[in-house]
Parts: sequence; C-alpha cells; structure tokens
Amino acid sequence: MTDTPEAVGGAVDVVPAGAPTLPVIDVRSGMFGSSGSGDTSGYGGLVRTVEMPAPTARPFGGWFDEVADEMDLALQDDGLSLDAAVEAVVVDRGEVTFHVRAEHLLAFVRRLRDESALRFEICTGVSGAHYPHQTGRELHAVWHFLSITHNRRVRVEVSAPESHPHVPSIVSVYPADDWHERETFDMFGIVFDDHPGLTRILMPDDWVGFPQRKDYPLGGIPVEYKGATIPPPDERRSYSS
Amino acid sequence: MNDVSYEAAFDDGVTADAPDTDAYAGAYDTTEGRVYTVTGGDWDTVLAAADGEKERVVVNMGPQHPSTHGVLRLILEMQGETITEARCAIGYLHTGIEKNLEYRTWTQGVAYVTRMDYLAPIANEAAYCLGVEKLLGIVDDVPPRAQLMRIITLELNRISSHLVALATGGMEMGALTAMTNGFRDRELVLDMLEMITGLRMNHAYIRPGGVAQDMPEGGVEKIRAVLKQLPAQLDGVPTMLVDNGIWKDRTSGIGYLDLAGCMALGITGPVLRSAGLPHDLRKSQPYFGYEKFEFDVPTTDTCDVYGRFLVRLEEINQSMRILDQALDMLEPGPVMVADKKIAWPAQLSIGGDGQGNSLEHIRHIMGESMEALIHHFKLVTEGFHVPAGQVYAAIEAPRGEVGVHIVSDGGTRPYRVHFRDPSFNNLQATAAMCEGGQVADVVGAIASIDPVLGGVDR
Repeated sequence: MTDTPEAVGGAVDVVPAGAPTLPVIDVRSGMFGSSGSGDTSGYGGLVRTVEMPAPTARPFGGWFDEVADEMDLALQDDGLSLDAAVEAVVVDRGEVTFHVRAEHLLAFVRRLRDESALRFEICTGVSGAHYPHQTGRELHAVWHFLSITHNRRVRVEVSAPESHPHVPSIVSVYPADDWHERETFDMFGIVFDDHPGLTRILMPDDWVGFPQRKDYPLGGIPVEYKGATIPPPDERRSYSS
Repeated sequence: MNDVSYEAAFDDGVTADAPDTDAYAGAYDTTEGRVYTVTGGDWDTVLAAADGEKERVVVNMGPQHPSTHGVLRLILEMQGETITEARCAIGYLHTGIEKNLEYRTWTQGVAYVTRMDYLAPIANEAAYCLGVEKLLGIVDDVPPRAQLMRIITLELNRISSHLVALATGGMEMGALTAMTNGFRDRELVLDMLEMITGLRMNHAYIRPGGVAQDMPEGGVEKIRAVLKQLPAQLDGVPTMLVDNGIWKDRTSGIGYLDLAGCMALGITGPVLRSAGLPHDLRKSQPYFGYEKFEFDVPTTDTCDVYGRFLVRLEEINQSMRILDQALDMLEPGPVMVADKKIAWPAQLSIGGDGQGNSLEHIRHIMGESMEALIHHFKLVTEGFHVPAGQVYAAIEAPRGEVGVHIVSDGGTRPYRVHFRDPSFNNLQATAAMCEGGQVADVVGAIASIDPVLGGVDR
C-alpha cells in the first residue's frame, strides 16, 4: 500500500501489514446442513472456512496502479492519502475493489468523479451484502463506478456494524445513487447519512425488518404433493458447503 | 343477514356523491390544511366543496393506469395543466427475486432472473451468466457457437423489446396503429425466440457455460426469412410516424434531458444516446465477441422523446445487421463448455420422458456404473460450486446497462445477487423530464424512458 520501491518490487501475494482480516466470512461444519441427529455420514466433523479473496499488495497490475496513484495524489489535497482512506485493495478476477473507510467515503467518491485522470462519471448504484459472521463489520455497501472517458470500472466497498449501520450517502456527489441507496436501506437497513429522503422504496412503508439480511427468512408454506409434504425452500435440507 | 335485501344494503339514505360518505373519498384535516380526496364525480361539486381553500391539486396516476407502462404510480402536483412536481412510487411488482436466488442453485437462478425485465429476458440471463462465468473463470472457455447463439437471441430480443417500446409509446400518445403494427411485428420475432428457446418469454435459455440447446434444424433459414420480411413491414413505421407532423409535434421538445442531466442521473441506453453520446457497452466493453461485428451506435442530439424514438428505430436496423452477420458466422460446434461438472447441471432440462433422462443414460447409471450414478446424483441435486469472491458484470440491454453484482461464498448457491436494472435507474429522471411540462407530456416522457416494472421492482 506504499509507494516505496521495495513494496512495488515485492511479492504480489503478500498481505499488507496491518490490513484487517477481510476475507473470512463464515466457518461451517458438516456436509448436509443437518444437526442434532446422530452423525451417520462421517461428514459431521468437516470444518470449512469460507474466505473471500485476500487483500492485494502492490503492484495491482494494469491500470489499477494508475488509479490508485492518482487517487493518492488527489486525496493529498484533502489532507488524506490512499492509505488513510482505504483499508485494503482487493484485485480479483480482473476487477479492483477499494475497501474505503466510511468517514472518508465522500472525499473518495468526490475525487473519483472530479479528477480528470479518474473521471468516473457514472455511479451504477449501490448493492448491499450481509456477512453475519464478520463481527463489527456485518453490513457492506458496495458501489460500482463506470468511467466512460477511460472505459474503466471500480468497486468501492464500505462496511458498517449491525449495531450502528451508518454509512455516508453519496447522493450529493452522484444524484443517480438516490433510489439505489433507498433500495439498499430498504433491503439491508443500512442507513445512508445525509440522504435527502431515505425511505423504503420497494417494500411497503410500514414494513418491519430488512428482507435481504441473512437472518431474515425467505418465507413460504409447506406444499403437499401426492401425500408427501415438501417444506418451503429455506427449510429444505441442503448442502452446507 | 338474510333479511337485508341487496338494495337495502346500499340504501342508507345518503346520496352517493356526498363526499363524506364515500368509502374511498372524503375530507380530512392534516398539518397542511384540509385535504379532499376525490375518486371521480362532477368537478364542479368537488370545487364547491373545497370552496375558499387553497387549491393545490395532487393527482395519483397509476398504479393501475393504461399509460404508465405498467404498475407505476406517478404522484403529480399540478397547477392547472402544468406539472409542478412529479414523483414516482414503485414497488408494486416487488417479488423478492434477489432473495429467492439465494435459495436455488446457480443454474436455477437463470429461471428467476429471466422474469425481472420481462421484455428483455435474454438480457437478464446474459448478464447473470456472464457474472457466474466470471466467478468461475470460464469466460474464455465458452464455445464460439454458444456465444453466437447468445448474440442472436440477444439481438432478436432487442428488436422485440424496441418494438414494444414503439408500440406502447405510440398507443399511449394516441397512435393506435403504431401499437397494432408494433405488436404484429414483434410476434414474428417472438416466434423466432420460441423456435430457438422453446418459449416466447421467460426463456431460461442462456445458462452458465453456454446455452440450453442448439439452434433447431432449419432455424437459420427461418431467421433469415424473418430478417427479409421485417424491414418491409417496419417500413410502415417511418412513413407513418417519422415524418408525421402530428407525431413530431407531439414528441419534439418534450421529456427533455440533456447530456449533463443524463450523466448526473446515471442514465444509459437510448435515453443517453438521444443526448448525443454514442455510449454502448457492446462497443466499449465488448462481451460474447461483439467486437467481431460491424454495427453503428445511433445517436441524436435532440434530447427529447422524438430523438429516443428515432434512436430505437435505428437500433432495430442495427440489430438486424448484427443478426445477419451472426448467422453467417455460425459454424457447427458445441454450445456448452467442455467441463462436464458445469455443463451437465447447466444444461439440465426436462426431456421427452418428462424427467430429462435418456434411456441410455438411465441404463448407464442404473445398470453399468456406480460412479456414474454417484456423479449423476451429485450433479443433479447439488449443481456446481463457484469459488468465493464477487464480480460485477454488465451488458447493454435494450433499455441501457443491466449490471449484476454477484457474491459467491464458494457454495452451490449464490450468496448475494443484485441487479442494477436500467429501468430502475432511468425512472429517476421522471422529475427532471416532466416538471414544468404539461400533464399530457408526462405520458410521452415516461414512454420514452420505456421502463419495465418487472425489472424496476424485481
């Protein structure tokens, strides 16, 4: 995450020192999602860690470094730096993700839009993700930006704890994000501070709960078919891997 | 209850037009003053009731209204015939498709996403499958014939979708013949999609790793015949509308949104191109091999409803151009990746026996190979695993950029799928396009965005 020659020349797979443990999102055991009954399969002792791709060290490759450098330079005008604003950078499957600290999100996206070397004109909206096992950073808001000028895309990810689900709204910079943030609030309960009118958009106004969270049941009723009862999809036995 | 006659139930001595007794209308006090709800009746009576009050008329247009393009509710604040504020209320068609996807295998997801934007089902499937393939790392392994089949269905779908846009847009502004002609011509295209996929809509045709089935015998010739027939039929539209004074007067200069407005509101698709920017993901970030095709990205600089109409019309011609080239390029070959662990579950379908299994296959797994039986069981019940990570895949749908953000936890089901539907995003432009205009022009502006509420609400 630094510009020193050692870091640039270093191994690509080294996780930056002090980087938060982003990757682990779950630890699962067993094979078939059932528990309580005797383990006759022998798979009950299976333990699997679910890990997301680890943070990437410099060089990121391609134009990712250019964007990171330009962003670092631009943020210095705000008295910040890339290291200060960004927790980690993940390069995976040809896409780059900036895990931005919530307090610096607005400065980050403003530079993303305004700097001529970055020029991400279009925000294609925010999506949410709920990782119940990432204690203290359960809720993630994920923005995608498109630069028509440079023909690039970046992803910006911000996390918030479930107990205090607040992240800044970027509607003041990208008006297009208005409905998208309302949808993510509606579905995940992520509160976008300073949004001009954060109300539910898809669910009814008086709905209780946030449907896309992992602890929110899918719902459904058991269906009887030829004498057998088939439980609703979220209660069926399934592979836990 | 038996002693109460039907008439007596309604004869409570109150006349039907008395505002205070109508179950769906009446007057009540709010913090902003007395509010009168009106659901019909004589306008003079309404005004007489509200006599002396400050007149501020709020009209709810929809969600059930023939010219709002679906279950879209428009909340219009009006000063006479002029719109002072326009807001959209959506969500009437929300079905929780994104949540449902988390409880189905990666392949089954295709059958869900196809139902989002139901006028461009193939585009949804394509975006979703591109995302899954990116996660699997098999984008380059998809065979050329499958890619061409995807392009053929995508472009057929673009034509059918634009024909509906022209048809319903025309109908909503009084050009009924545009509607009858548009739907007539669309039927030709849908017949082709039905021939290829088996269904007129909700195809579930594009699957992770390829497509569900190959082009049927004689399919290429049938599409060529339609491509010959379609331009002759479509010729009626230009002569009827393009130079039609009434249509031009009705659509020019309304629903205005310039390039700066489009950029700020994240608008893509024909609305953006009507503002003069030739942005098309098929050109700028080609997928499925679009870089091999010769076609133009039509634009206008009028920024209005008429411009969007012209852009869509020309895009139909360009799609036919692409189709022509795609049919030429079609070479025999597989339509699914070679990796059987993905191909088998991805191409799973109901077969002639109603269960999807050939007799040879049944003989093989039941009588010859225990290993084959195990694999059959695992592949059918479990599907395939997708390595953990997240991707964003976007393609150019008829209405603009349809993007899909997919997160996998390494399991056999998506951890999270989010669709960035172009209609959802573009509908945000309603206020910018309509405020300050006439109420009759709202209809034209919405029609030019061409929102599909199935995609908006998902």
